[in-house]
Amino acid sequence: MSHDHDHHHHHDHDHSELSETELRVRALETILTEKGYVEPAALDAIIQAYETKIGPHNGARVVAKAWTDPAFKQALLEDGSKAIGTLGHVSRVGDHLVVVANTPQRHNMVVCTLCSCYPWEMLGLPPVWYKAAPYRSRAVKDPRGVLADFEVTLPKDVEIRVWDSTAETRFLVLPMRPAGTEGWSEEQLAELVTRDSMIGTGFPRQPGAPS
Amino acid sequence: MNGVHDMGGMDGFGKVEPEPDEPMFHAHWEERVLAMVRAMGAAGAFNIDTSRFYRETLPPEVYLSSSYYKKWFLGLEEMLIEKGYLSREEVAAGHAMQPAKALKHGKFDLTQVERVMVRGKFGRTAPAPARFNIGDRVRARNIHPATHTRLPRYVRGHVGVVELNHGCHVFPDTAAMERGEHPQWLYTVVFEGRDLWGEDGDPTLKVSIDAFEPYLDPA
Repeated sequence: MSHDHDHHHHHDHDHSELSETELRVRALETILTEKGYVEPAALDAIIQAYETKIGPHNGARVVAKAWTDPAFKQALLEDGSKAIGTLGHVSRVGDHLVVVANTPQRHNMVVCTLCSCYPWEMLGLPPVWYKAAPYRSRAVKDPRGVLADFEVTLPKDVEIRVWDSTAETRFLVLPMRPAGTEGWSEEQLAELVTRDSMIGTGFPRQPGAPS
Repeated sequence: MNGVHDMGGMDGFGKVEPEPDEPMFHAHWEERVLAMVRAMGAAGAFNIDTSRFYRETLPPEVYLSSSYYKKWFLGLEEMLIEKGYLSREEVAAGHAMQPAKALKHGKFDLTQVERVMVRGKFGRTAPAPARFNIGDRVRARNIHPATHTRLPRYVRGHVGVVELNHGCHVFPDTAAMERGEHPQWLYTVVFEGRDLWGEDGDPTLKVSIDAFEPYLDPA
């Protein structure tokens, strides 16, 4: 970008350990604060909220409940936002969360080829790989190749359905419940649910496997 | 916009590299950028479609060589300058030099933090009945707008089937350019992998996009 070259270095930070980017970000925050647009304390609070309130633990609770409660599973597949809204403190979902179930015949995978759409409320902030070119470019064309990068192999006759999250809808994959978990509580089951299993690039942990 | 951001189906970017125990942020500045984008958006300086458009319009060599939050930062800075919230002189000086421009929703303070933790609502009242029904065959239009669109290149011209109807939503193509919300019906349209990628494509693959009604024709 031209302003990268036009950018004048008025600061005296030649010996600073801060990177050029760090300095530019600090300068922008200073300007926004001085102009009265934002309060640094409010920015701190946003970051703290993202670090503590959202994350894959929310999605894992939803999945574990769907594994143990057939009525909830049905409601979840019919209207994800509405069903999750009944769960109290994991209810911070937007208008349209669509939950798609894996079956022995069909495996679902979610991508955003245009940017980084992702169910933040259920899974937290997306990992770097989800937002990077290799995943975004290949997931819609060569999903089995992408799964191989995650050391995931599917039987050849299993249909792969890739959901490109190009608009306001967010997608959450409901993975299949691992065998050997009969009688487990929701809390125990939630421990098996990984973030990647809810994106479709992984499976839940197997009972007894190291977490 | 046919920018480098429209990556679906491109080759040559290499393997996906999952990072074990990935931290939420890789540098302190990344969290400040995230917070500033959320705060200035909530204050009414821009909408989500506009902010996406500014990232897409980064020059290709900058887009491809910048980390995710660097793209957010570069888009944010340029957008705030072009919309008059700050000046290039201020950015160069690292300090405010001119009076502030009024924000639609006012200063972002602690009382508003809770609000940004819930995703915005983009559903709107339908201005007209839906043109397509579940099960209809539709062709993605062969359109190449130079401005923001959410119709990826790899489906244009191809026939798919309407699978879900998500109701009416703000239309990103006009909202991004600040030409109004113009709510449109939004559908999940599913395509056969081989229709998109040819005979060598995975025979078990189906790919869907979420398509606004103006992206589609009956097929």
